[in-house]
Amino acid sequence: MEFLRPADWTEALAAKAAHPSAVPIAGGTDVMVEINFGLRRPDALIDLNRIVELREWEVGADTVRLGAAVPYSRIIDELPTELPGLALAAHTVGSPQIRNRGGVGGNLGAASPAGDSHPPLLAAGAEVEVASVRGTRRIPVEEFYTGVKRNALAPDELIRCVHIKRADGPQQFSKVGTRNAMVIAVCAFGLALHPATRTVGTGLGSVAPTPVRAGAAERFLEQALDEAGLWDSGGVVPPAVAGKFADLVVAAANPIDDVRGTAGYRRHALAVLARRTLDWVWDEYRGKEWGRACA
Amino acid sequence: MRVSFTVNGRRHEADDVWEGESLLFVLRERLGLPGSKNACEQGECGSCTVRLDGEVVCACLVAAGQAQGREVRTVEGLADGAGPPGGLAPIQQAFVDAGAVQCGFCTPGLLVTADALLERQPSPSDADIREALSGNLCRCTGYEKILDAVRLAAARSAAGAAPTAPGPEAPPAPRSEPEPGE
Ligand SMILES: Cc1cc2nc3c(=O)[nH]c(=O)nc-3n(C[C@H](O)[C@H](O)[C@H](O)COP(=O)(O)OP(=O)(O)OC[C@H]3O[C@@H](n4cnc5c(N)ncnc54)[C@H](O)[C@@H]3O)c2cc1C
Ligand code: FES
Ligand code: FES
Repeated sequence: MEFLRPADWTEALAAKAAHPSAVPIAGGTDVMVEINFGLRRPDALIDLNRIVELREWEVGADTVRLGAAVPYSRIIDELPTELPGLALAAHTVGSPQIRNRGGVGGNLGAASPAGDSHPPLLAAGAEVEVASVRGTRRIPVEEFYTGVKRNALAPDELIRCVHIKRADGPQQFSKVGTRNAMVIAVCAFGLALHPATRTVGTGLGSVAPTPVRAGAAERFLEQALDEAGLWDSGGVVPPAVAGKFADLVVAAANPIDDVRGTAGYRRHALAVLARRTLDWVWDEYRGKEWGRACA
Repeated sequence: MRVSFTVNGRRHEADDVWEGESLLFVLRERLGLPGSKNACEQGECGSCTVRLDGEVVCACLVAAGQAQGREVRTVEGLADGAGPPGGLAPIQQAFVDAGAVQCGFCTPGLLVTADALLERQPSPSDADIREALSGNLCRCTGYEKILDAVRLAAARSAAGAAPTAPGPEAPPAPRSEPEPGE
């Protein structure tokens, strides 16, 4: 095995181009488990810890540019206002030790359907910036996941950062597991309200081969809120609307039975999470009067 | 490959390190520092917890090469500079006094984690303590004595700090120490 230590981004891209089968290692919280257990014996590791750019974030007018290796603990401390959904999800990852090392780039690299970054990225709207010696491209996050633990990266590409829409309204994340810490999601759900455009975003975790959005549920809720004038009035979302929204969220799922839960349980729990997070974001919207016209 | 880094303030070098080897393996098997324990090798138990450039991390999940040139603090270094040689750090003494150690396998990781917590938050709430220790498993104590130990260390450091803060505003020493032992 080789251990490659690029000192900067250019060197990292050159290393990946020269060794396409090399495995990048950032926080190591996925990679090292596989190596320790003999599940993976790559020819080479590319250590990304020395690359300063990957550990930086920048808040722009509409988006946050989040370096691939900014650890979860810093997202929680430094970006709770700009990225509230992701910060909530980050707080449920593993333990303090895991959150000090792991980050969104590694979560995207692993592309587990249970990864906790995915629902909030899908709900907020995000593009993954990937690069190689051939150039840079941006992939909408919903197109980044291509299968169970598969993603859209070419063998010579690395993830540089994620461009995530800054929150323009309330966001929530909720996850079902057996305890509060150190839990792989049985199912998870992220929800974002975008009052400026009167749209909503969703993200579903652990209920399909890849993380997915529930597009039909989003369109239905947008239309229902619009027709009843609720964005302006800040009135209560009728239970029938919340129920239908939850049903459509569940319809977007395609869960399996596994050791963590049955498909039936996942569907049931997902409906509960959808209704509950809708309650939370709508309460916050009404309370804070996020861009509401006649308050 | 050769890896060199600082452990508890001293420069160390390890040769013939396999590229996939963990920092934990290097500490225990190559540098003769077996304080950090190996129980799960998958980040679940926290018994291998060390500080890497100040951050608490699972040493089993850090590739040895990633520690190159960095500063590692292990349980062996906790008592450095804390009183006479061979003495215990305040957090270690608190664990002894509160009866927070049974088989002791989880103890090094908990000490490193708790020490980092108190450095950051000298008077943590119970919720803060639970959150901070949520990545450290103990199969013996049921955790209550461990929580007691962290509270005890926090109370002692508040009490200890009081006399050095002169003037009428100095707060009275809290008398909230739980009884040692039981
Ligand atoms: C005890 C424990 C608990 C956990 N709990 C959770 C949890 O609750 N929720 C959750 O979602 N995850 C959890 N995980 C999994 C893991 O922590 C996350 O997936 C984390 O986001 C991985 O980040 P990392 O930097 O450590 O990735 P690494 O292990 O360094 O890398 C992961 C993958 O991504 C690739 N990669 C990393 N960076 C890049 C890059 N810049 N470009 C291209 N590829 C890259 C690597 O090659 C590898 O395939 C847990 C892991 C452990 C050990
Ligand atoms: S041995 Fe590292 S967390 Fe268990
Ligand atoms: S004292 Fe035995 S595991 Fe904690």
